[in-house]
Amino acid sequence: MRTLDVRDLTVAYGAISAVRSASFTAAAGKITAVVGANGAGKTTVLNAISGLRDVRAGRIDMDGQDIGALPPHERVRAGIAQVPEGRRLFGRMTVAENLEIGAFVRQDRAKVRQDIERILVLFPRLKERYRQLAGTLSGGEQQMVAMGRAMMADPSVLLLDEPTMGLAPQIVDLVLEAVQAINAQGVTVLLVEQNAYRALEIADQAFVLETGEVTLSGSGEELLSHPRVRSAYLGHDA
Amino acid sequence: MSFNVVTSSFRVVRREREAGAEALRIGLIAGVAAVLFCLIGAYVALDKRDVVEGVASFAAVALAAIALVAGYTSAATANRQGRTPRRAVLLAGGAGLAVGACLALMVLATTNLGIRTILVAASPALVRALTFGTTAGSSGQIFLLLAAGFGLGAIGGALATLVPERLRRAIIRGVFVVIFAGLFRDVFFSIASNLPGGVDRMIYGSAGIRLWPAILLFAAVVAWTILRAAAGKPSAARTGGRSKLSIVLLVATVLVLPLITSDFVAQVAMLVALYMLMGMGLNIELGLAGLVDLGFVAFFAVGAYTVALLCSNGPLAIADVSFWVALPVAIVLAAVSGLVFGLPVLRVRGDYLAMATLGLGEIVRVLVLSDALAPVLGGSQGIIEIDRPVLAGISLNTPAELYYLALILAGAVAFISWRLQHARIGRAWLAIREDEDVAQALGIDPVASKLVAYSVGAAFAGAAGAVFAVLVGSVFPHSFQLLVSINVLAILVIGGLGSLPGVLVGAMVLIGLPELLREFGEFRYLFYGVALVAMMHIRPEGLWPAESTKREMADA
Repeated sequence: MRTLDVRDLTVAYGAISAVRSASFTAAAGKITAVVGANGAGKTTVLNAISGLRDVRAGRIDMDGQDIGALPPHERVRAGIAQVPEGRRLFGRMTVAENLEIGAFVRQDRAKVRQDIERILVLFPRLKERYRQLAGTLSGGEQQMVAMGRAMMADPSVLLLDEPTMGLAPQIVDLVLEAVQAINAQGVTVLLVEQNAYRALEIADQAFVLETGEVTLSGSGEELLSHPRVRSAYLGHDA
Repeated sequence: MSFNVVTSSFRVVRREREAGAEALRIGLIAGVAAVLFCLIGAYVALDKRDVVEGVASFAAVALAAIALVAGYTSAATANRQGRTPRRAVLLAGGAGLAVGACLALMVLATTNLGIRTILVAASPALVRALTFGTTAGSSGQIFLLLAAGFGLGAIGGALATLVPERLRRAIIRGVFVVIFAGLFRDVFFSIASNLPGGVDRMIYGSAGIRLWPAILLFAAVVAWTILRAAAGKPSAARTGGRSKLSIVLLVATVLVLPLITSDFVAQVAMLVALYMLMGMGLNIELGLAGLVDLGFVAFFAVGAYTVALLCSNGPLAIADVSFWVALPVAIVLAAVSGLVFGLPVLRVRGDYLAMATLGLGEIVRVLVLSDALAPVLGGSQGIIEIDRPVLAGISLNTPAELYYLALILAGAVAFISWRLQHARIGRAWLAIREDEDVAQALGIDPVASKLVAYSVGAAFAGAAGAVFAVLVGSVFPHSFQLLVSINVLAILVIGGLGSLPGVLVGAMVLIGLPELLREFGEFRYLFYGVALVAMMHIRPEGLWPAESTKREMADA
């Protein structure tokens, strides 16, 4: 179990800061949720952690080790896996091939095969679709493949970007149950969600991102009952 | 060829109209196409070669095909709209009549208005051909032209409506095989000349296949197709798969072709093999890793110049080693140049990458042409007197021998490509091609993977350049123009991106065919262009697509 610690993270697109001096911790073995409106900088935070986005300032530590200077592919080896927004599967490859390529950084073939089995247990529907092209699956199934693909890297920290976007309510349940199951295996989860209510429900810790700044943090339950969160993100009157 | 072209253009614009109006429209479009065909001079140029000796020239076949296809398409439309077969055939005849009328108008304009001052192709020879041997467009001759148009259209229509599907397929296939046999007379004639008893002269005349062999061939193909269909075997084209037999045939042809044909065919085969080598190189870059490279010819140049400098007897030679020593040096240097090329363009993607590589390719060409480097590379004078490779004391001189050299290299390269494609690096390339960000997020190092792709692709092109240098015996800057890169790119697209057999088929079609059809002069490029456009409509996935593309097309 690994802790992800982000200190004073600043990310800028040209002159515009998307994330300003954000600090937060994704505690080892916990689910940490990031909630916030469109354009608040949630995806930018995840991309900064995975290395796809260059940062202007700040530290990204995993168990005290600064990984902020590593290129993205080495962060995967360090134990970070990202499920990108919009799933972004390799649509012209089969489900099997998508999962296999997720294990690109690993050499332990026998263990990789076991992990594929584990993912097929976690998402039984992928078993039926195993040899099908990923691009032909439904949105929910694609999300399952995306999560499975990320898990194939055997990460200690999983970054999930809007996993429930555009999915039917029953499928949302399925996906979030899977997130909890993955977390139960000891994987630290950082979950970005627009669906604040569902995210806070399953989160141990959570924080609110507003125009690139962390404005509130606390346990999932605390934020669920916080008047500002209720009015801004849960659609309740304060 | 023109058969496909005309059908596809209809397919693009086809909307449901009333059958009569549709037939007229199709007839007029086909008529205009036929007139254009004549007025650009294609008719007279293609009239010199016969499909069937003394019976039908290529030009006549092309015009007849236009009328036939017009009839066929009109009748098919009428059929879909529920017209009776008789009416459909009548409409088809009408479409054919429209084609004939367009041609008749052209003949009248040529004989009476003197349009030749503007359109040089409207010559007496053209009129003579279209009026069946007379120079003046008398009313009788014009009537004959109209009747021929009607007849051909009606035959096309009958083929579409009255003839059962199975027989239709067989007839169409038979016609194509006969045209093919006539078109490549030189190749087949030189093969037949190996047979005893003057079989070659019995089958082929000086311009095309003789009448009786043509009829026999047609009958044999029709019978075979029908029997095969009756036996319940689905044809390869319909199942989308490639039978083992076709692969065996292809390999056998590739292996023995230069032995049983002429030196000219061997030389063409050699050129095809060279382009295959380059194609497999670009296939690594573009087909697998998705890196557009319009400067690919630069690596070819590096390989060629390396061998030239190392193996030449001329004044510019820096060494006089054997080809077998120079070849690995050329490959390594090309691979290094691939690395050097790759570095500056690594961060550039898509269209910009195409432009950047285009620039790099031109830099290499300008460098070898430049006066500054002329003392080393010979400038526009090039490097001459390159020694032929010597193997076990025998100098490889004939096109056939050099073909086998290229073929062995191509085989080795194909094997390496195949292994790479299914190795770790191959999967990394595919991932980068599909989505570079995601590939990185899965732990793939895009910089290293791309550099390897550039370098391996360049090495293959370098090997092609090395063989090219000893084949020609000299190297000149003008051999390394942008067109080479474009040709290699076209081979990949036509064959099927990312597909190794596709490279082979693409090189045969795009390099081999134009060379073999040299006698048609500039017109072969016209058909080449039309064929490219048609291909992209009919088989956008390529002639022999990669597995993944095929699956995608099937699922879509």
